[in-house]
Amino acid sequence: MTAYLDHAATTPMLPAALAAMTEQLAVVGNASSLHRTGRAARRVIEESRERIAKAVGARPSEIVFTSGGTESDNLALKGTYRARRETDPGRARLVVGATEHHAVLDSVEYLVRHEGAHVTWVEPTSDGLVEPAAVRAAIERDPGTVALVSVMWANNEVGVIQDVAGVAAVAHEHGIPIHTDAVQAVGHVPVDFAVSGADLMTITGHKLGGPIGVGALVARRDAKLLPLTHGGGQERQLRSGTLDTPAIAGFAVAVEQSVAMMPAEATRVAGLRDDLITRAQAIEPDIRVGGRWVPCDTTQRLPGNAHLIVPGCDGDSLLYLLDAAGIACSTGSACQAGVPRPSHVLLAMGVPESDARGALRLTLGHTSTSEDVEAFLAALPAAIDRARRARVATAS
Amino acid sequence: MRVVAAMSGGVDSAVAAARMLDAGHEVVGVHLALSQSAATLRESARGCCTIEDAGDARRVADRLGIPFYVWDMAERFKRDVVDDFVAEYAAGRTPNPCLRCNEKIKFAALLDKAVALGFDAVATGHYAQIVRTPDGRRELHRALDPAKDQSYVLGVLDAEQLARAFFPLGDTCKPQVREEAADRGFYVARKPDSHDICFIADGDTRGWLERALEVRPGEIVDTDGAVVGEHRGAFAYTVGQRRGLRLSRPAPDGEPRYVVEVRTAANQVVVGTAELLGIDAITGDHARWCGQAPEGVVRVGAQVRAHGEEVPAQAWADGDRVQVRLAGRIRGVAPGQSVVLYDGTRVVGSATIASARLDRSRDAAEPMSST
Repeated sequence: MTAYLDHAATTPMLPAALAAMTEQLAVVGNASSLHRTGRAARRVIEESRERIAKAVGARPSEIVFTSGGTESDNLALKGTYRARRETDPGRARLVVGATEHHAVLDSVEYLVRHEGAHVTWVEPTSDGLVEPAAVRAAIERDPGTVALVSVMWANNEVGVIQDVAGVAAVAHEHGIPIHTDAVQAVGHVPVDFAVSGADLMTITGHKLGGPIGVGALVARRDAKLLPLTHGGGQERQLRSGTLDTPAIAGFAVAVEQSVAMMPAEATRVAGLRDDLITRAQAIEPDIRVGGRWVPCDTTQRLPGNAHLIVPGCDGDSLLYLLDAAGIACSTGSACQAGVPRPSHVLLAMGVPESDARGALRLTLGHTSTSEDVEAFLAALPAAIDRARRARVATAS
Repeated sequence: MRVVAAMSGGVDSAVAAARMLDAGHEVVGVHLALSQSAATLRESARGCCTIEDAGDARRVADRLGIPFYVWDMAERFKRDVVDDFVAEYAAGRTPNPCLRCNEKIKFAALLDKAVALGFDAVATGHYAQIVRTPDGRRELHRALDPAKDQSYVLGVLDAEQLARAFFPLGDTCKPQVREEAADRGFYVARKPDSHDICFIADGDTRGWLERALEVRPGEIVDTDGAVVGEHRGAFAYTVGQRRGLRLSRPAPDGEPRYVVEVRTAANQVVVGTAELLGIDAITGDHARWCGQAPEGVVRVGAQVRAHGEEVPAQAWADGDRVQVRLAGRIRGVAPGQSVVLYDGTRVVGSATIASARLDRSRDAAEPMSST
């Protein structure tokens, strides 16, 4: 038996989403075809678009289907940067949170390296919060040069929820569009695109019970951006390519259901999270929580995110030992060729590098139970003990 | 037992892991990330520790259904192997980094971490055999396949390290290992063997050293001190080397000249005739014994390079040093190389060659007492 505590990596599909997707897999139809079969596919797509739009507070025409979060982030960053520079070459600066996902960070780095972009990283507080005031300071250094602001809705490592509306208000004071990566947020905390004021928002299927390989960029009708892919002109000319009807059907059901279940589910999952954190700290008082955590709260931190920093341990040792004990979790940070690197999120928050290497991300979701938490807590003491010995053994 | 199978991504370590699993052990595959730039792609067939190698190892682990992890030992590898390699060359010696890696990384850093995490042993794809004696000790022996024998590079392992080592391929010839890999459906069955030094991907050691060390040209002199040419950095020359000297003056006797000494302090390379290369006495330091240090003088076979001949010799321990008297002369022994001592197929121990010379007193008097 595996206790699956890695829902932020990907979460099991909701049965209704699976059913909707498999139903469509058996049906032929290209939504761009003009005949009856094509029209049937088109209808599934458009109904899915409407369901998703309604669930996230957007208009159907604002939903641009993509292959997932990474593509949506790339489209938002590169597409906006290129469109803005085309009309005003002086707007080459990107104001971006330092704790963003690599899909944003690396898109920015690409634009800096290859297309003359400049970047101002907005450093977070030690709690992981990228404050609107800090964004303001970054913009007001030279407002006329900013092409785009990008600040994520909820962090994938430490689960901190940002004040997107506050950031959007600051950006809009200067007429600057804002993108937010809401991949971890939708279906877990309330997300309303219109109310947030964001111009662009990334969402994806597989973090909320939908299939892997489908997502969307929610883009205001007046958002100026150029496409990355060219071809059939689907999705407002922004994302050419035959639409994946089965995946989109499953995606829509998952968004709708996860958003509907959220109020009750957030409370339930946050209860498990708080239990996990407090009891882990009871086992090992040195354990600290990465990012702001307030027990019972579901508005400042993702309900399912427990991020533990275990001093004296390497996260990859803990991960192996827990894996061997049937616990699936993550160190939270991206790896390079399988080699874990200290998390840029924790380093930006001012966590010392040796502590950052001891990070463990446990993320709960719709299939999580108290048994999963018990299994983790049962395996934790021995894992910490051995991981500490391994750190000592390799330090010499 | 719970065993870490060190998996490089090559065919040997793949079959070794499979055999450990077949033998009933609980096996976890570990790939060591040793390169400073782990994310690079392979540039030639020779490199290792690239993304592709880690991926190849992962594919084998997946087929075997065993857990697989990448352990980052790049920092330790740089400190204990690469920096040491550079420092040795800078000091005019010719090191073998594979012995160093086995001593400091595979059977130290890796083994220690594995033991701390609850494992009992490390298994690798080295061609060497471990033989258990009736009284429970473990001896290191040459592999069955003389063409692949790697006991030389394992000669640095002590009894404690051997007690936690497995070499499942020692009793098999390489072609059979490839066949077995193919039978097991391993995609790496036909992957070329790795050669040379893993962290010098293109095999150009001199070019690599020129980038790592400051190149200070200097004099090439003959044994009388006369300048006969110019060198491009003394570190690039090894005792016994003939090629690439480009001497400005031909030797008066018309005989070829070889490097007979590298004097780093004076930044000089000394050349002489082939005759001067012959040596029959070696002093080694950093002695490592695969078990108890021998008492008194023992008859051994001495091997001074990875695939070199074994020469009959007598040897005795001298504190941290080893003295070796060879039965005949051998040529081209450079300080920094390792001398590994054998008793039959058994590895007795090893040492790093500090100096090698012709013992001219031997004709006059027998310097050794025998036990």
